[in-house]
Order: sequence, then structure tokens, then C-alpha cells
Amino acid sequence: MEQLKTIGRELAMGSQGGFGQSKEFLDLVKSIGEARSKAEEDRIVLSEIEILKRRLLEPDIPKRKMKEYIIRLVYIEMLGHDASFGYIHAVKMTHDDNLLLKRTGYLAVTLFLNEDHDLIILIVNTIQKDLRSDNFLVVCAALNAICRLINEETIPAVLPQVVDLLNHQKEAVRKKAIMALHRFHRKSPSSVSHLISNFRKRLCDNDPGVMGATLCPLFDLISEDVTSYKDLVSSFVSILKQVTERRLPKSYDYHQMPAPFIQIKLLKIMALLGSGDKSASEIMYMVLGDLFRKCDSSTNIGNAILYECIRCISCILPSPKLLEAAAEAISKFLKSDSHNLKYMGIDGLGRLIKISPDIAEQHQLAVIDCLEDPDDTLKRKTFELLYKMTKSSNVEVIVDRMIDYMISINDNHYKTEIASRCVELAEQFAPSNQWFIQTMNKVFEHAGDLVNIKVAHNLMRLIAEGFGEDDDDADSKLRLSAVESYLKIISEPKLPSLFLQVISWVLGEYGTADGKYSASYISGKLCDVADAYSSDETVKGYAVSALMKIYAFEIASGRKVDVLPECQSLIEELLASHSTDLQQRAYELQALLALDARAVESIIPLDASCEDIEVDKDLSFLNGYIQQAIESGAQPYVSERERSGMFETTDYHSQDHHEVPSHALRFEAYELPKPSVPQQASTELVPVPEPSYYSESHQPIPTSLVSERDSSEIKLRLDGVKQKWGRPNYQPTASSSQNTPSITQQAPNGTATHSDGGVGSSSSKPRSSYESKKPEVDPEKQRLAASLFGGSSSSRSDRKSSSGGHKPAKGTSNKPATIPRENPTPVQPPPDLLDFGEPTATSVTTIDPFKELEGLLDSSSSQDGGSADVMGLYSDGAPVTTTTTSVDSLLSELSDSSKGNSRTYQSQTSKGPNSKEALEKDALVRQMGVNPTSQNPTLFKDLLG
Amino acid sequence: MIHFVLLVSRQGKVRLTKWYSPYTQKERSKVIRELSGVILNRGPKLCNFIEWRGYKVVYKRYASLYFCMCIDEADNELEVLEIIHHYVEILDRYFGSVCELDLIFNFHKAYYILDELLIAGELQESSKKTIARIISAQDQLVEAAKEEASSISNIIAQATK
Repeated sequence: MEQLKTIGRELAMGSQGGFGQSKEFLDLVKSIGEARSKAEEDRIVLSEIEILKRRLLEPDIPKRKMKEYIIRLVYIEMLGHDASFGYIHAVKMTHDDNLLLKRTGYLAVTLFLNEDHDLIILIVNTIQKDLRSDNFLVVCAALNAICRLINEETIPAVLPQVVDLLNHQKEAVRKKAIMALHRFHRKSPSSVSHLISNFRKRLCDNDPGVMGATLCPLFDLISEDVTSYKDLVSSFVSILKQVTERRLPKSYDYHQMPAPFIQIKLLKIMALLGSGDKSASEIMYMVLGDLFRKCDSSTNIGNAILYECIRCISCILPSPKLLEAAAEAISKFLKSDSHNLKYMGIDGLGRLIKISPDIAEQHQLAVIDCLEDPDDTLKRKTFELLYKMTKSSNVEVIVDRMIDYMISINDNHYKTEIASRCVELAEQFAPSNQWFIQTMNKVFEHAGDLVNIKVAHNLMRLIAEGFGEDDDDADSKLRLSAVESYLKIISEPKLPSLFLQVISWVLGEYGTADGKYSASYISGKLCDVADAYSSDETVKGYAVSALMKIYAFEIASGRKVDVLPECQSLIEELLASHSTDLQQRAYELQALLALDARAVESIIPLDASCEDIEVDKDLSFLNGYIQQAIESGAQPYVSERERSGMFETTDYHSQDHHEVPSHALRFEAYELPKPSVPQQASTELVPVPEPSYYSESHQPIPTSLVSERDSSEIKLRLDGVKQKWGRPNYQPTASSSQNTPSITQQAPNGTATHSDGGVGSSSSKPRSSYESKKPEVDPEKQRLAASLFGGSSSSRSDRKSSSGGHKPAKGTSNKPATIPRENPTPVQPPPDLLDFGEPTATSVTTIDPFKELEGLLDSSSSQDGGSADVMGLYSDGAPVTTTTTSVDSLLSELSDSSKGNSRTYQSQTSKGPNSKEALEKDALVRQMGVNPTSQNPTLFKDLLG
Repeated sequence: MIHFVLLVSRQGKVRLTKWYSPYTQKERSKVIRELSGVILNRGPKLCNFIEWRGYKVVYKRYASLYFCMCIDEADNELEVLEIIHHYVEILDRYFGSVCELDLIFNFHKAYYILDELLIAGELQESSKKTIARIISAQDQLVEAAKEEASSISNIIAQATK
């Protein structure tokens, strides 16, 4: 009996496959299924590759066979092996006239080739031909391939045809054409920018599938440019309204929800359109409220829509009523047993918290539960939420938690992220300098090699500049605590390189500043660092520079410097270093030691890392020398560009801009040659006023070119430009940068790597926002947090008293209070929105087709009633679960046969029906004419072991 | 946007892969190895989502098969979970109570169906009926050739009841 079943299964396989008559392929799949290890699988695949290589070389392969070979290639590639030797055959197969073969060919090439593959060019022609085919299936196959294979260069080759297909009579073709255009838009927005109106038109398509597909490109377009689609707001709202009122055909229902995927897409679009727009948001309130009422939170898809509603509400202008509904939905999510819903709840909370900060309070316990959860995903999401709700009152607890978690994980990607978040929070909300330094030390110690180098520079700058207040005392305290903590850490083994750089720099700048530590003590430590990390040149460089500073300060203050023997040997070693950078630093140090106090003080002034250096870029102090040289007969300097010839060097920038568009492949004939413009311009040395220049010299050029050149020229426009071409162009840029004095750190002080310009001011900004940010104190929450996090309450009260100045929060009730004030009467939208029979003026065009649609839908829904027996297959038992169970049924049978996996068995049997039911259903399916397949646990067991 | 679709068996064997964003063969193997390692080891009651290299991977287990989709951070996870389920329902309807074997031997059919459901990483059709219609239109071309064989298998299937 069992055997008979096996045969049946195999036969069914063979027949269904349409290609599978070959025993060889079945054997291949089977043997791979039976493979016990990856190595064995690889061996089988490799021998299969050899076979296929040989077979494909044979002459006159019958097409049927060829098709099978290609499917086998797909299989090999799917298993992660290289099947590139057969790509060309797949490409050839797309040329075939037989649709079956063509389809296989297209399937294979879409799986094999990336859009930049060389073979694509061979397919473009076939695609062009197929797009013109009478058979819509051929067109569909070609459109599928287009979506995967067409790149920026080949878009123009198929674009006109795809646009024509937007009006094809088959909805499947229209839909795919829309998606293809969407793809083009993603690849190269400029190529389809003139076709955007087509998307609007297709929004009114009679077929809901096409309409649904159109929402994808519209979403992208709207997210790029919201303002030009504001007129569609009421259309989207009315579409959503109609969808929720079940005006779409029944076939779009999914688990009793009307077209949920379309609803979600619409909600996403509405979120974009409504953000910061009062009138648009008000139009949406009504339908969003309805959705909250209607959504069935017992199904997954219902929750998906609810979640999307929450997102939408958090984006549009808030309405108190909707916020309430959203908060309610979130609390349902959080209370649910499902981890998925908890995750969504945490995410939703993170979104709403920006609008109404007090919403998190009531969910405090749930949030902390999630934080303690063993599920990593949930934990991370919760950290994200905590990150969003960090204030100066809770920063210590949150950052400590984050760091603990950071230490515990191995995932570098996430470690980097969480480290940078810790740094950001610490910079923004640090309650005390002490804490800040300690936190940064921890972050650097455990994730030092992962954090961005900017973070290190920021820290150095912060220590150097202090916290932006004019409190020198506090600053020096900060520095002292930094120095102390670094001296403690420095002897630990294996510190990250970046951290050592910070340590060395700080020790060099401030190690001896307040006289607590002697120069020899600090320099000894620095030598140890340089010795211990002798392979790291950057650290060594920092250490040497730090030494130099320490000695310089000593010399400048008139004390006698005795260089430690280990320092001496370090310097000597570095004098012969392979690294020129280290060598130079060592020589500089040596030279400095020999100078007198006055000279040293002007080379390295004390604590001057934040002073600006005036850089004389013109080197004007050399003018006298040059004058002298010229007088004594030297040749005046000729710049390199002049030397290599004026005429060749046209404006680099405009050339660049020029080449980009002409770089692409062209599918039309070349244009007639134009008079060469650069020549004309370069001889024309007379300054010409700009506007007239364009109109005059570019007259022979087609308008498109002019506008292009125009835009590129606008970027280059600099005040006082005299010449258009050649050398002088870079001079104004240099002088303009000179006008704004660039803020570079004292180069001799060792941190030449500091980024310049404006950053200094940015670091003081977070400080001030920290000041202005009003912390919120909720005693209940504090108690809760204190009891749950433990031990932090004492330090909390300490800190409260220390920074108590801004504690009594003016703004505690600020935010929630303003929201209702902003929208005093948002709940009542204009009545005409309700009336969909009479659309508003703006949406006339978009709504009309829907009225047509309604007619269609009515008739089709009655048809649905007639063909309900097909659906009846699924709506037999409990409405929602039947379809799932038919999948589950498989499981219960399978795990029956392989009881090894008892855990899943338990988890699923509660849901799944017994196998008898499954078999009955199977019979039913067979009667309905769906392809028959029989369950066969034994074969399955054979295959998978 | 969906960046790729991955079907992996409980033993870590790849059953189907579809890449909507460009990945080299090397990256693909790495992704599969990394993700199947993470997903197969997750407990049954945990979230169906994992955050992975700045993306999110939504997965769901059906019998011994894991269906995974990689999406952008801003996408709606629950929706993607339902897209997976939608796909499974369509497969189920097409194969008639689908099982892993159907996908092993007919992976190219699973590809065709996936192509009607997703295109360029976006959901293109949410109606099961429409997808079934276009797939059956394509299959009619094959129908004639296999009629004979399927009648035999029907007889055997009936006999084994």
C-alpha cells in the first residue's frame, strides 16, 4: 500500500512537472534530499554540474531536453553553486517561439542574471518583440523579465512599449506594466518623470488589482514630493472608505477583511500626505476612526491594519480622539500573549510617544517585561523605545541597561548601533560630568573598535571645550576626572585602539594640568601604551604627540625636564621607524626638547587645543622672498594647468556634468554635429554678464542641453567670477573658503585629524538642548523604575539635588496640553465627505470610475454567490482557520511519522485537525479539479531522513 | 520593499530563493547561511521577526518549511507575515494541500506563482482568484501533454484511499 502511494506520488510529480519525465532529475532532487551533510550535497551538485556541462555541449539537443537542463541549472544555482556556464542557453531559450519554453527561459534568466550582466543586451531585443505579442501571456512573461533585468541604460529601449501597454485590455498586463514603470522610476527617476500622470490615470482603473498595484509607485512618488499630490487626498480617503465598506469584489477579501493589502498601502500614503497638513489630516480622521471600530483584532491581518492606522495617526496632525483609539489598540497589543503583537505594540508606543509622552506611563510594566524577555528581537525593539523616551531623569538607568546589553551581544552590526545610541544619549542628557566620562569609557572599552571615529573626536572636543558653560572650574574638574579614570583604565590589557587614542590625547593635554600627577608619571604611562601596542601606529603617534605636549608644558613652566630612559629608548626607536609619520613626530619631539622655554611656549601653548589657527593660504609672508627671487632673475611661477595648455583644460566641472547623461547607451540615431562650444568660449576672454552669456553662446544647442548646462553652471556660480573656462574657476572657491575662517585644531598639539568648520559649535548645541529640555518627573514611574532596576534611587535623588535647578518642570504638562488646543474641533469633518455619491470637486475624475466599479462589483458579487462552492472549500468549517489547517494538516501527519520533533508537534496539534479530515479535504480538492497530490509520509521520510 | 524571499527546510536545506535586490552568488550563500542559522534556532513562541543588518526578516514556519522575507525597516511586519501566508494559501490551493515535496519537485511552479504575487519586491496582486486564473491560463498550455499521466495518478490515488 505504502509503495503504491509512493508510485502515485512520483507519477503525479512527473506529470505535474511537465518536464519531469526524466528520471535523472528526480534522482538528483532525491539524492540531494537524502544528503546527510552539506559536503555530500556539494559533491552531488558538483557532479551534476559536470554532467550538465557535458550535456550542454552536445549538438542538436531536443528542446524538451534543453528545458529540463535549464530547470536543473536553476536548481543548482538555487543551492548556491555557480551555473554561469549555462546562462547563455537560458538566454537562447527566451528567443524560442513556444511559449512554454520561452517562459522557462525568462524564468531562468530572471533568476540567473542581475541587471548589470553582460548578457542582458542579448535579451532586450527579444523583450521588445515579446511586448508586441498578441498573446497576453507572452507579454506578461516579458514584463516580468523587464522588472528584473532592465537597467538604466536599457530603459529607453522598452519604455515606449511599456507605456502603450498601460492601456492593454487585459488587466494582468496593465498591472505588470505599472509595476515595470515603477521599477524604472526606482532605477532612474528621470527616465519616467514625464509619465507620472499615467500613474494617476491608472488609479482610476476599473480593475481593483491594477488600482492596488498603482498605489506602489504612487507611494514612492508621494514620499519624494508630497505637495504635488495633495489634490489626491480626498480620492485616497474615498477609496479607503469604499474598500472598508466592502465595495470591492469578494475575491479581494482576505480572512474576512476587505482587500487588506490595499488598505495598508492607502494608509501608508495617507500618512505621507497628512503629515503636517491640517486640512488633509482632518479629511482622514473620519475614515481612520471607522477603521479602528471595524478592524477585527482577532486576526493577524486585522492587527496589521490597526498597526498601520497607528502609524498613520502618529504621522498626521494628531486628533485627541484618534490618539485615544490608537492608545487603546496599543495596549491591546501589549497585553496580548503573542510576541509579534507585543513587538508591534512597542513599536507603536515608540511612535506615539513623540506626540503624547504620557502614554508610556501606563504601559511601564509591559515595557519592562519586554525588556526582560528572552526574545532578542523584542528586546532590541524595546531598547529602541527606551532610546526614544530617554530624558535627563531616566538617562542613567536606560544607558546602563543599554551598555549591559551591548556587552552581552556578539552581533557587531547591532553593537555599533547601540553604542552610538549610548553615546548620543550620554552627550545629550548626561546628569554629571563624572557619569558622562564613565559611560563613555564603558562604551569605548567594550565597543571601541566599532564606534565611529567621530565619536572619539567629539569626546576629545567635549573634554577640551567643557560643557559649553563659562565655568572654568567645572571644566577643569571634568578634565581631572577624565584623567583620573583614564589612568585607572590604561593598564588594562587589550583596549581598543580608538579608546587609546582618546586616552593618549587627554593625558597629553591635561595629564599634568593641575599638578596632581607628575610629568614623569604620565609620560611613563604613555610609554607603556606605546610599547604595549607597538603594532598600532596610530596609537603610537598619539602617544608620542602626548609626550611632546607634556614635555613642552614642563619646559614652558620652567621646570627641568628629565626624560625617562624608556622614553628615550622609545624616541630612538621611532627615529628609525618605517612609518614616516612616527619618524617625524619623534624628530619633532627631539628638536623640541632642545629648545628654550619661550620658543616652546609659542610652539605648544598650554591648553590651546580649541584655539583657532589663522591659516595664510596665500602664503603672503613669502611675497618678499619671491620678489627678491624674481628681481635676481628667476622665472615667475607658471601654474601647472597653464603649463599643460589652456585649450585642453576646459572647465572640469561642466564636463563632468555633461558626460553623465551621454554616458548611457543610446537607442536612437546620433544628432547632427554642433559647433564646438568650449573652443568658442575659451577664446572669448572678455567678461560677459551671465544671463546674456547663456542666451548668446548656446543658441545652436537644443534646449534640453541648454537647460542641463544651465543647471551645472548654476552650481558653479561664484561671486566675482570673471572667466568661464579653465584655471580661474578654482580660485574663487579657495578665496571663499578663506573668507570663512576655517576652524582647525592646533596642528602641533597632535590632533591634526580634527574635522574643521562648524563642528565645534554643534557640540555645544546638545548641551544647550539638554538645558532647555524639561525633564518630567512622575513619582509613580520613578518608584516603579527604581524598584525594577534596583539601587538607582539613591543616585537618582543625589543627582536630583545636584542638578535640581531645572527640575521643577514647567513643561511637564506642556505637550499634552497643547495638542487639544491646536485642534479644538477636529472631530467633525465636513459632511460632504460622507457622501460618496456626490464627490467633491477636486476628486471628480478619480471617483467616477469607482462608481462604474460599483456597478461591476455588484454583478460580480452575485457571481461570487454562484461560484461560492469553490470558496466553500475554504469556508466550510471555522471561517478563518480552515485554510491554515489544510497546511497544518500536513504537519500533523508529517510529525506523526517523525516524532523526533515533538515540540512543534505539540504546538500545532491543538490547531490542526486530524488526518482523516485532511484526507477528506484532499478528496474534496481532487473533486474540485485542482491538481491531485496525495499525502505520503513515507516518501517524505525517505527523502528527508 | 521585499529584498528577497527564502524558503528553507528545518534541516537548513534551501527550497526556493528569489532575490529582488542585487546580491552576488557569494553574498547569497552568506545571507542564507547566516539567516538559516538564526531562524532555525529560534524558539517557537518568539517573534516572527528579526532585525538583521539594518533590515528586518519576517519568517513563518509551515510544517517543516520556513518562509522568510527580508524587508525594509519601515515596512509593516504583520503585513509581510500575511503576504507569506497569502502565498502559502495560493500554493495550497494550486497544489491541493501543499507539502514540502510539492515545492521540492515543482520549485519552478512555485516561482511562477511567486512571480504573479510579487514583482520587483512589491505585492502586485492581492486576489487569490486573479492569481489562480492567470496561473491556470498558463498551465492550460501544458495541460494537453500531461492529461494522460495525471489520469493514471488519479486512479492510483483513488486506489490508495
